[in-house]
Amino acid sequence: MFAYFVRRVLAAIPVMLVVALFVFLLLRLSPGDPAAIIGGDMASPEQLAAIRQNLGLDRPLHVQFFVWLWQLLHGDFSTSLMAHTGVLSMIGQRLEPTLSLALVATALTVLVAVPLGVLAAWRRGSWLDHTVMSVSVLGFSVPVFVIGYGLTTLFALQLHWLPVQGFKSIFDGVGPFAYRIALPALTLASAHIALVARMTRASLLDVLGEDYIRTARAKGLGELAVLFRHALRNAWVPILTVIGSGFALMISGVVVTESVFNIPGLGRLIVDAVLARDYPVIQGMILLTSGVYVLINLLIDMSYAISDPRIRY
Amino acid sequence: MACEQAPLLQVENLRVATAEGRPILHGVSFHIQPGETLCLVGESGSGKSVASLATLGLLPKGALQVEGGTITFAGEALLGASARRLKALRGNRVAMIFQEPMTALNPVLSVGRQIDEVLCCHTRLDAAERRAKTLDALAQVHLPDIQRIYGAYPHRLSGGQRQRIMIAMALVLEPTLLIADEPTTALDVTTQQQILTLIRELQQRHGTAVLFITHDMGVVADIADRVCVMHQGQVVEQGAAAQVLGQPRQAYTRQLLAAVPALAPRAPRAAGSAQVVLDVVELSMVYPGPRRLLRRSPGTCAADQVSFNLTRGRTLGIVGESGSGKSTVARCLMRLLTPSAGAVRVTGKDISELSAAGLKPHRKRIQMIFQDPNRSLNPRRSIAQSLIEGPMNYGIDRAEALTRAQRLLELVGLPADALGRYPHQFSGGQRQRIAIARALAMEPDVIVADEAVSALDVSVQAQVLELLDGLQQRLGVAIVFITHDLRVAAQLCDEVLVMRRGQVVEYGTAAQVLGAPQHTYTQQLMAAVPGKAWDFSAAARS
Repeated sequence: MFAYFVRRVLAAIPVMLVVALFVFLLLRLSPGDPAAIIGGDMASPEQLAAIRQNLGLDRPLHVQFFVWLWQLLHGDFSTSLMAHTGVLSMIGQRLEPTLSLALVATALTVLVAVPLGVLAAWRRGSWLDHTVMSVSVLGFSVPVFVIGYGLTTLFALQLHWLPVQGFKSIFDGVGPFAYRIALPALTLASAHIALVARMTRASLLDVLGEDYIRTARAKGLGELAVLFRHALRNAWVPILTVIGSGFALMISGVVVTESVFNIPGLGRLIVDAVLARDYPVIQGMILLTSGVYVLINLLIDMSYAISDPRIRY
Repeated sequence: MACEQAPLLQVENLRVATAEGRPILHGVSFHIQPGETLCLVGESGSGKSVASLATLGLLPKGALQVEGGTITFAGEALLGASARRLKALRGNRVAMIFQEPMTALNPVLSVGRQIDEVLCCHTRLDAAERRAKTLDALAQVHLPDIQRIYGAYPHRLSGGQRQRIMIAMALVLEPTLLIADEPTTALDVTTQQQILTLIRELQQRHGTAVLFITHDMGVVADIADRVCVMHQGQVVEQGAAAQVLGQPRQAYTRQLLAAVPALAPRAPRAAGSAQVVLDVVELSMVYPGPRRLLRRSPGTCAADQVSFNLTRGRTLGIVGESGSGKSTVARCLMRLLTPSAGAVRVTGKDISELSAAGLKPHRKRIQMIFQDPNRSLNPRRSIAQSLIEGPMNYGIDRAEALTRAQRLLELVGLPADALGRYPHQFSGGQRQRIAIARALAMEPDVIVADEAVSALDVSVQAQVLELLDGLQQRLGVAIVFITHDLRVAAQLCDEVLVMRRGQVVEYGTAAQVLGAPQHTYTQQLMAAVPGKAWDFSAAARS
């Protein structure tokens, strides 16, 4: 198992290098002077010269790439054009709200969707199954902002149980954190709950037809043990894949939810950066999100190997 | 058997139907006395498994339902018993083992844990007691190194070992009734013999009654006290084993018995043409091992210097147990695999090292028939499309290929209108006939049949074997017939080659190899054939 893990980690390195190359070329291959692109419309000739100097634009392309890579490895993600602060620290400030939101939403997804899916598969064809499946169609066909405003109207404006918007760090206390994150997390989770519930149902239905499920029932096990210990553990791999990629999606693109609930997260940072053509920030965000994807996939692959003893590559 | 004793299990007039109302069992009745073995025999679709599943309330929900009748176990009515009561009986008083040990165990739980579950849910033993009892159960089914096996996952164990685990799991609480649904069908003969002996031994030790479901008359002859023959959802005949097998009263029973191939080799045929169509010289195949961190681990040698030859119009049987390398040899002959060493000469031309393009003109000379006709025909292509594809690839025009396909269907005994139909509209035996026609469409010199009749019921099997034999006489095609069934080999083959762990242990005429085996392994195989002492053809004649 250890050798497998090491191989997987090593295999992630070339992937990240290709991503870095793409990000690098994004700027160099766009028409026009990279220094002018980075510097923006308002840059003075001195500033452009400084940027050229910094990027080493007079040197050959591959040398530029390795210099840039070297800077990245030293944590130098260059400076934002809008904020004039380091890209890394900007992303760092925005990471916590987004990460909190994604984690809480993923936890909600697992807690709600998996039992619902199991229930639907167990009572296949019943009114319960039909209800869960129709609600889940609703879940991912209604746009996120509609769900967001709907929940706000109900829980914040009508019932006054939860605030309309805002974000508090978990380090300021769990109570205030949960109070403010509940609605955005539920909004964000709704589509994922629908997806994971369907996935769980489909995957479990496959497994429920297997011989070992019949064996488990023939042993006299109760339905709970049959469903969760025998069926779900075998159905787990595709479900985990959907949950994992869902989490990665949340990290990179929760713009709508963040905007509806006025949360200062990464989604809004990237939108602002794109609108302002803030190339250093865009580059940093692409690197970050691809890094997250690679990491999540790595974790998913490793958890396959842990949850299914047959998987050895 | 004392017949006055109250039966342990009594099934009366049991009727089961599908959710759409199509009847599956039309009033089935049978009973089992404590400690006896009742064999429920029948071909696929006869309803024997449905009858056993209904006993424990394990019919697939929403697909099959009990329509009427009674099932009484130790004086207690089971139909209509609460789910809780049935749960308490399952695994405790009545246990079940199934056909496919490869899939009947949960792949992600260790086997010790899976046996432990039975104890957890039916007893109040603490963890240490449960572990001791589980280890004891593993020891009773004669597994080696039980401490290691306790923590092992099913995929680490062989089919025979897994079936032993299933038996240990079924018998750990000493149930009074064991329902065994084709428990040895998926196993090799020697393993089958061991498992049957084991069931017998545990049955005698604990006085367990066994409801044994099988389609194999040989197994019935070896283990049954009483036999109950089922056909299309009805009990055709039941009685003591000696009576049913020795003096069957019903025509269907006689027909079943007559279809069991005899173990005595066929009368030798005069060698016809001397033309060698297939010559295999020191064929070896090594599968590369899995990758480790930096290097590959050593490979598996699946075929080691296998040599044989075959003349026109003759049949060579390659027999052996699973893992003996017989399918690897078949794939090398077909060049579906590239052999690591050695030569495969088809009508004189060595094809073992040809490139894909160089191989093309030779592909048509050697064709294959596979084991499972349900999967070897493309379900989305009509029979005509399946039959003309090969010839058209070799430049025959469509109209001619179609007339040829029509002739072939007649040759294999199917109606000509079958051309426009699809595989699912045919029975298993008919599909295998289509597969044979597809192989013949290329007018090959050699046909490789890999377990081509193993998935078929005995009566269908007999028909397909007869067909192959007749086609061979008419067309003069040579056949390499790969099988694990020595009875089938005895009926069809002129020469027999016995393989074990990739090596040839014995090779000669059928009369020599099967009639007077020299190698101890061949002797073991012959000794393990179920029902070898029973002359089925005599019973069928009576």
